[in-house]
Amino acid sequence: MRDKKNPTLRTRHPLLPPAARSTAAHLLTAAAAQGRFALPCCTQCGRFAWPMPEACPECLAEVALKDAPNEARLISATKAEVPADSYFRERAPWWVGLVQMGCGPQALVHLHPAAQVGDALDMTLMLDRAGQAVLHAGPIGGDMTTDPQWQHMTADPRGRRILITDARHIAALPLAIALAGAGAAAIFAGVPEMWKPLPQREALLAVPGLVLVPLDVTSDRSVADLAHDIGGKVEILINTADLPRPGGLTAPTAQADARAAMETVAFGLMRLARSFGPPMTARGADGPLGAVAWVNVLSVFSRAHPPALAGYGAAHAAGLALCHALRADLATGGLRLMTVLTGPTEDDWFQTFDPPKVSGKALAAAIVAGLQRGLEEVSVGDLAKDLLQRLDENPKAVERALASGRI
Amino acid sequence: MALPRGYDGVVLAVPVTVPYVRHSTRSAQWWVGRALAALAQASGISHHEFDGLSVASFSLAPDTSIGLTQHFGLSPRFIDFLPLGGVAGVVGLRRAARAVQAGDCDVVACVAADTNAPQSFRQSLEQFSRFSQDAVYPYGAGGPNVSFALIAQAFMAATGLERSDIARLAVAQRENALRNPDALMKKPLSVDEYMNARAIAPPIHLFDCVMPCAGAEAFLVMREAAALAQGLPFVRLTAAIERHNGFPTDPVMLRGGWARDVTDLWAMAGVGPDAVDLVQTYDDYPFVSAMQFADLGFCAPAALPEFLRGHDFTVMGDLPHNTSGGQLSVGQAGCAGGHLGLVEALRQLTATAGARQVKGARRALVSGFGMITYDRGLGSGAVVLEAA
Repeated sequence: MRDKKNPTLRTRHPLLPPAARSTAAHLLTAAAAQGRFALPCCTQCGRFAWPMPEACPECLAEVALKDAPNEARLISATKAEVPADSYFRERAPWWVGLVQMGCGPQALVHLHPAAQVGDALDMTLMLDRAGQAVLHAGPIGGDMTTDPQWQHMTADPRGRRILITDARHIAALPLAIALAGAGAAAIFAGVPEMWKPLPQREALLAVPGLVLVPLDVTSDRSVADLAHDIGGKVEILINTADLPRPGGLTAPTAQADARAAMETVAFGLMRLARSFGPPMTARGADGPLGAVAWVNVLSVFSRAHPPALAGYGAAHAAGLALCHALRADLATGGLRLMTVLTGPTEDDWFQTFDPPKVSGKALAAAIVAGLQRGLEEVSVGDLAKDLLQRLDENPKAVERALASGRI
Repeated sequence: MALPRGYDGVVLAVPVTVPYVRHSTRSAQWWVGRALAALAQASGISHHEFDGLSVASFSLAPDTSIGLTQHFGLSPRFIDFLPLGGVAGVVGLRRAARAVQAGDCDVVACVAADTNAPQSFRQSLEQFSRFSQDAVYPYGAGGPNVSFALIAQAFMAATGLERSDIARLAVAQRENALRNPDALMKKPLSVDEYMNARAIAPPIHLFDCVMPCAGAEAFLVMREAAALAQGLPFVRLTAAIERHNGFPTDPVMLRGGWARDVTDLWAMAGVGPDAVDLVQTYDDYPFVSAMQFADLGFCAPAALPEFLRGHDFTVMGDLPHNTSGGQLSVGQAGCAGGHLGLVEALRQLTATAGARQVKGARRALVSGFGMITYDRGLGSGAVVLEAA
């Protein structure tokens, strides 16, 4: 267990790093959200540029974001002992470096304190606590997690108390095991309708630090009751609540199934947001282990909707849409909202779907890795990644493929 | 390339400083007004007769120089607006001198003014430039301290400069400032105090940093005949250079744009660095002054340690430098920091510098440096002024 907090001390109010960016710079936000290292690159001469320009300084052609090599060399380094901005001042000293990127330009970076001038560095494009893209650099092959600045920008489960909202989800047990392995201080696993069989009860209870708690996201009272009990303790909330019920638009139970799915996936999320959102947001700066992230596990069919999953896709689309509002609310406390879009999972509800399907273990690993890297958008499984890429490239082709029963 | 034409027949006159204060409840417009009033009073020329207005400021928003014409009752036929930081003085002077020389106007009031409230320095940092907003301010590097620390570290490593060498500039300037009643810094500064000062962003420590303040600097540019007719002491402009983003491919700033144009500067002036009686550099960190000494031809970069140890930079010394105390000891009134050296040189060369007068001062070098919008200072300029 972790140390008790001193109740006589003020809980720090969350401050955020400067969030203003140019419109063009938000191209970097998208890459950082997914953990890609991409930089502005000239569409004509191929030179990389930094900071984000509106035209290539070499040939004045348009620039676009392009995946880039992430190695750099440290030109000079300093630590800001007295930063002008309040966020950095209360975290001073803050290490800053000037690096020569292997792909050409120089950049100011958040610097790992172990880096020495002349060192070869690995750069990461990541989201800071304001949710904006920034560059971090540290020694090649070094452990970035030892850098306090890295810790500020990620959502590491280590030492934190985590709520998994539905212990019956296929990923719940492997997720609990992975979180415990990653150093979680406590894991609350929500069980709806506790009286029903929970085949993995013993295995769950064997996970160090795990307790089962009653939680039915379709019940206002259940969600509020649990929030009263543990809302002030949860530092990472992982919402796994789901109700997969295949069926087309004209199936006899279509409306009832869709309504039930909405109740869990969309309205359930709203209930959780109402009861857990404010206490978590208020604890965004509650020491080094304050509240840090919220994860919504959703189906990739929230983005592309097969006719055979009409109501289910709609419920997940609604859930995904609500994420944007929740992300904005959580952002005031510096919390990250991570959406995890998974392909069909290896459970009975997706029995008729062709492989490859996503195992609970793979889903759990992706969630933990996403938290450790501070990501905002994670997709899991080859099918989900493929579908999202095709959707980016040619959305109507995806719609037609789904209409003809292909995924 | 051919040298630019000279500035024959154009002079600077009427050095004006509106004494600085740390914080002001007044607007930048108020400070411009005080400066214009002082110019009119000292010159005996009504401000209605100023037919040129050149204004350098960061804090005039939403105004620019055009709104100020109605605000202060001027009807100029030449206006200029220079939110260019420490290079604005040299840039404004070059433009004003050419306008007067070509006959586009007769008398240009060159004014730099900025106000300063307790929160305004930090607020101005947030919106200093597009590149800074996207790629500097989010890194805790808000304010120039971190950016200059990164440059200073590389520059000191490349030149062998030690903090103890750089201390000589800061300490000499404070000694000069003690002779300047308008300087905000009133206490002596020792080398020990400089060396033991609080770290801000190593190698930048407290006494490497300027104090932001409110204030104004101003002078007039006119034809020599006009100055003579008005009975005003004046100085001549004999050489000027200006360059922006001079070395775009340098990975880190180890030299400024002066290094590109220094040959032109001395060729225009018809003398070399050894012929100047005093030097006013842009000193928003004394190591930047050291960089200017090298780039403006006083010594090779690698010889800087020896150069700094070998000279006395006080007003009584062999190479008087930043004789008012410079921004480090007088204060940095925003954009006025680039005009401070020009106005001070004008005083020195017209023998009106009072207790800090450099004896027999005939020729001065004044340099400007401005705008670190990302990783390097972009603007560089320098002028040579001669007593009449």
